Amino acid sequence: MIRRTLLATAAAGLTLAFGAPAMAQDVTKACFVYVGPIGDGGWTYQHHQGALAVKEEYGDKVEIAWQESVPEGADAERVITQMALSGCNIIFTTSFGYMDPTNNVAAKFPDVKFEHSTGYKREHPNVSTYNARFYEGRAVVGHIAGKMTQTNKIGYIASFPIPEVIMGINSYYHHAKLANPDVELVVTWAYTWFDPAKEADAARAMLDQGVDVITAHTDSTAPLAEIAKEGGKAWGFGQASDMAAFTTNDDGTPGARIASIIDEWSPYYVKRVGALMDGTYEQVDSWAGMPEGEVVIGEMNDAIPDDVKAEAQAMIDAITAGDYHPFTGPMNKQDGSAWLAEGETSDDGTLLGMNFYIEGITGDIPN
Amino acid sequence: MDLSSINPILLVASIMVSATPILLAAIGEMVVEKSGVLNLGVEGMMITGAVIGFIVAINTGAPLLGFATAAIAGAVLSLAFGVLTQVFLSNQVATGLGLTLVGLGLSSLLGKPYEGQKTVTLPKLDIPILSDLPVVGRMLFSHDIMVYLSLCIVVAVWAFLKYTRAGLILRAVGESHESAHALGYKVIRVRLLAIMFGGACAGLGGAYLSLVRVPQWTEGMTAGAGWIALAIVVFASWRAGRVLVGAYLFGGITVLQLNLQAAGLTWGVQYLSMSPYLITILVLVFISSNRSGSSHDAPANLGQTFHATR
Repeated sequence: MIRRTLLATAAAGLTLAFGAPAMAQDVTKACFVYVGPIGDGGWTYQHHQGALAVKEEYGDKVEIAWQESVPEGADAERVITQMALSGCNIIFTTSFGYMDPTNNVAAKFPDVKFEHSTGYKREHPNVSTYNARFYEGRAVVGHIAGKMTQTNKIGYIASFPIPEVIMGINSYYHHAKLANPDVELVVTWAYTWFDPAKEADAARAMLDQGVDVITAHTDSTAPLAEIAKEGGKAWGFGQASDMAAFTTNDDGTPGARIASIIDEWSPYYVKRVGALMDGTYEQVDSWAGMPEGEVVIGEMNDAIPDDVKAEAQAMIDAITAGDYHPFTGPMNKQDGSAWLAEGETSDDGTLLGMNFYIEGITGDIPN
Repeated sequence: MDLSSINPILLVASIMVSATPILLAAIGEMVVEKSGVLNLGVEGMMITGAVIGFIVAINTGAPLLGFATAAIAGAVLSLAFGVLTQVFLSNQVATGLGLTLVGLGLSSLLGKPYEGQKTVTLPKLDIPILSDLPVVGRMLFSHDIMVYLSLCIVVAVWAFLKYTRAGLILRAVGESHESAHALGYKVIRVRLLAIMFGGACAGLGGAYLSLVRVPQWTEGMTAGAGWIALAIVVFASWRAGRVLVGAYLFGGITVLQLNLQAAGLTWGVQYLSMSPYLITILVLVFISSNRSGSSHDAPANLGQTFHATR
């Protein structure tokens, strides 16, 4: 009798032992590689919000894992490999510099899905790329900047001279210029995605030279903190994340952050992990924007006059409805040669390889 | 390009602010190295100071209290390094690197609830007469108190090492710990005190980043400033005055290149950005090729473990 019970227990144990892997396969593991700390309050923070949204959407059916502050380059390849080995089913690599490491690792793990953010290389069938049309957000804040500047000098803290950033600069300037023909753009290259002290220095350098509206293409809130020191004489925008802490000052007056461009990755992450789970997953090259809810303009604070708010909102609505493309002619290149004719809109290929300033921007793009 | 848009007064003022964190960290590390200890944990102590200073300032509303606590936190953390390397004779390089890792991890853990919050910052001093002077008033005499404190520390360290008996003992310990020990000086005690001073200075430097320069807490916000401080000590060939020059040069070039860019200069900006590092390498080459008869060299017992056999 005792022996029989023992056997039964053993059998039950065996079932459990063999049953477990089968159950484990029902749990999809989604992994994320971040370039900065989650606490940057910007780029990486938003990706992590997307990861949490996946967990929230699918609950016990997914498991998420992530690694913060992974340097771009050889270290990234090690981290991605480690993730693939540790049973990740889908790996999101969330910075441009992970492009080659992602493709290299993807070659070795054909059964794992790889999703690379902001890149363009899909060398293997299991590599997808995704990006968001941030230039749509830049257009809106550019319009606000053009209207808000008193000195007619607006600034852009740029990170690296890649198409993504140049697209943002052009869109920002173009719409500032449409709003205010006298506007002049100052671009400062920080050569970093994340270095709060240096970002603050870049903002300070521009403020000292009379720039009074600044947008940043770096990840931290430091430029806003520096702008806030001007005490209501200069303005900035939340970048990547809402950066709501700077919306209102402690005394209730409008803060230095007058609006923000929010990267909302949640819809994409939820969609892709969902597709992987129900078997409809396919390789894609995704480039979504305001219509899909991936680029969102954060609350405009009361430093912005109501009519400007209304104009900005109208632009947001038009872009969301698909009625307006921020790169609509007539637009010329910096050297004066024609680029887009009246009413013509840019094709995506030109934007993704953008290596020229539009007419009116001074200075050269560094190599 | 429009260089006239650069205001030299504001430029100098912003260089002084920008250089203060690395100046504080570098002058502390110089004293540590003068006593013969190589502490590579400056980055870790800085960021610990940054987070502790920020937490205390935000909870008490008193930034100066934040600075004081940051100095204590830096000193306590460095004491861990001191005990490991001086008492338990662990390897200084490895322990220092470990200290950096501990500091980075500890600070991100402690700082999690404080991300994105704003703190009160130090007010700019309004010194009677001096602050109202044309040009130099805005340039030199309208900073917060920590800028002047950092300069005072540099002068004090210089005078201490050059004119006091205690400073002489500290240098003796760094040049030859065996001889200093034979003369009856407490090598380990001197070194522990130097290490704690270095930690306190690094903590102050970190707190200056989180309370004045950026004023906010962001994980990893020192972004390599501790390593630059280490480079400055070498660049300065272990002299207080040159540490000041080095820190202002390093801080100055960063600010200057950003200002040049904002003024429309695009050529050569990258070269300017890397010039401090190139200069450091050149100084290193120069020092090592000029070993004999130079009094500017590294302390003779730098990085060596001391164990009293008698």
